[in-house]
Amino acid sequence: MERVVDPLITLKRGGRWSEPAAFAVMIAFFAIAPAVVYPVFLMKVLCFALFACAFNLLIGYAGLLSFGHALYFGWAAYVCAYAAKSWHLSPELAILIGTALAAALGLVAGAVAIRRQGIYFAMITLALAQMMYFFAVEAPFTGGEDGIQAVPRGFLFGVFNLSQQATMYVFVFVVFLAGFLSIYRIIHSPFGEVLKAIRENEPRAVSLGYKTDRYKLVAFVLSATLAGVAGATKALVFQLASLTDVHWSMSGEVVLMTLVGGLGTVFGPVIGAFIIVAMENYLAEFGQWVTVIQGVVFVTCVLLFRRGIVGELANALKIPL
Amino acid sequence: MLEALGISSPALFGQLLIGLINGSFYALLSLGLAVIFGMLNIINFTHGAQYMMGAFGAYLLLEHLHLGYWWALFIAPIAVGLTGVVIERLFLKQLYQLDHLYGLLLTFGIALIIQGVFRNYYGSSGLPYRAPAELQGVRNLGFMFLPNYRAWVIVVSLVVCLTTWFVIERTRLGSYLRAATENPSLVRAFGINVPRMITLTYGFGVALAALAGVMAAPIYNVSPLMGADLIIVVFAVVVIGGMGSIMGAIVTGFGLGVVEGLTKYFKPEASDTVIFVIMVIVLLVRPAGLFGRRA
Repeated sequence: MERVVDPLITLKRGGRWSEPAAFAVMIAFFAIAPAVVYPVFLMKVLCFALFACAFNLLIGYAGLLSFGHALYFGWAAYVCAYAAKSWHLSPELAILIGTALAAALGLVAGAVAIRRQGIYFAMITLALAQMMYFFAVEAPFTGGEDGIQAVPRGFLFGVFNLSQQATMYVFVFVVFLAGFLSIYRIIHSPFGEVLKAIRENEPRAVSLGYKTDRYKLVAFVLSATLAGVAGATKALVFQLASLTDVHWSMSGEVVLMTLVGGLGTVFGPVIGAFIIVAMENYLAEFGQWVTVIQGVVFVTCVLLFRRGIVGELANALKIPL
Repeated sequence: MLEALGISSPALFGQLLIGLINGSFYALLSLGLAVIFGMLNIINFTHGAQYMMGAFGAYLLLEHLHLGYWWALFIAPIAVGLTGVVIERLFLKQLYQLDHLYGLLLTFGIALIIQGVFRNYYGSSGLPYRAPAELQGVRNLGFMFLPNYRAWVIVVSLVVCLTTWFVIERTRLGSYLRAATENPSLVRAFGINVPRMITLTYGFGVALAALAGVMAAPIYNVSPLMGADLIIVVFAVVVIGGMGSIMGAIVTGFGLGVVEGLTKYFKPEASDTVIFVIMVIVLLVRPAGLFGRRA
């Protein structure tokens, strides 16, 4: 049975240059791009890229499909926005608080969801996210349909004025890089190797003495935390936290981004996020057809490009990416 | 007696009735999901969209062909079931050798396509659909007023659910189905056309969803997203019941509908989330689900 696999698994170790090279290209792209492309668009890409990378940590390396990642993204956005607006906290503290909440939610939801495997895991995460969506609809501080608007970006560490677009861009880029590099570190650590073992054959990992539930829970919390970083940062970029961020369609979108880029690839989620965000931006005038196009991309990817763009590329060139 | 406890019985029975109605739809939908999952090993995310297609089928038959509810009750499920057969033959068939998660992703994509197309043509607001003249009116039961149409929905869905259970658990055709679920290659060796059985099973499960949609049309408005949130609740129902047993799906569906109705009476603000809370409790106490077998 073909599993959700990263395309590197069949490759011998080698091509150690390919990941650093791709990393350099990515850095160069995001350093030069603001000169050509609208910075808010790029910041949106960076936030969603981090979100997709966090999601990919779970599906790509632990083999767990969470269909409710909007829960961590959206709630971190709400709490960050509320802290910045109503408590007048500085942006770094607001993001920290949002992230801490995402981590706590991840711990609770993860502990419940890992009690079942495979398809049930996906349904449980979706149901839990929907429950918290209803809380967001009813809770007074989320502002209901309006969301929390006009969130102040504030002064980072009391010094850097984030209202300036360039400063904000640098900040978002640094946050993204920190998240990206921690994920890279996690998947190349002994812990990451155990996760891959669990993905490939959980009973065997158990028989080798690994407490797989603990590994899965830690992976889940890490993924939720990083999704929270992405959501909180997004709230500052757009100065808005709304129901869209916690809705199931957001959970679906991050799945789509990762699938398009390549499940279990290091750079795939970034490419996938770029493509999907660009698609939404430039096809916005077609209204509801965007949903239809997303659906078509989903179907096409599952039937024809299960490795995703980066995965197919890595496979063709026989290098890890 | 209930009044002595400060409970208004007409309101309570009213909510119980709504609970039973919702429970009918939960039961029909989770039954379809369970039947499909048993044969195809796929969680059909398109189920909510197919329920919506059933309701739209009824609406369109009336608008364009002037065929009323009774025709729709037969035509819409068959038509939507046929689209299910096409989906299975074209797409799902290619996924049987893959991780089950791909089935979920593919059917999610199909649901997005269907819902997006309907939203394009009909917007997001609900379209009204009247109950048939024969079933309009209300019956006085003494302790409450029972609208005839609602009684009809509960009875029909009970009959359909129990018939499905009977066919699968007690007939020869059902025994083939169950055998093919356990060991498809062995059943094939006995000369039974398993791929065709899989296709028809999917078509049947989808038709059940569409039937639920037709019956829902006069109660809720017909709208493109009517199944999108519902399917998530049904997923929770399926997690609670476990998909191992047909009767389990039916009982859990009706039971949770009633619990939801009671919550609406005693603590209205919790009624949207009560099923998810029950799901969490069941997962903590009995992870395999109430009627599930540990895989």
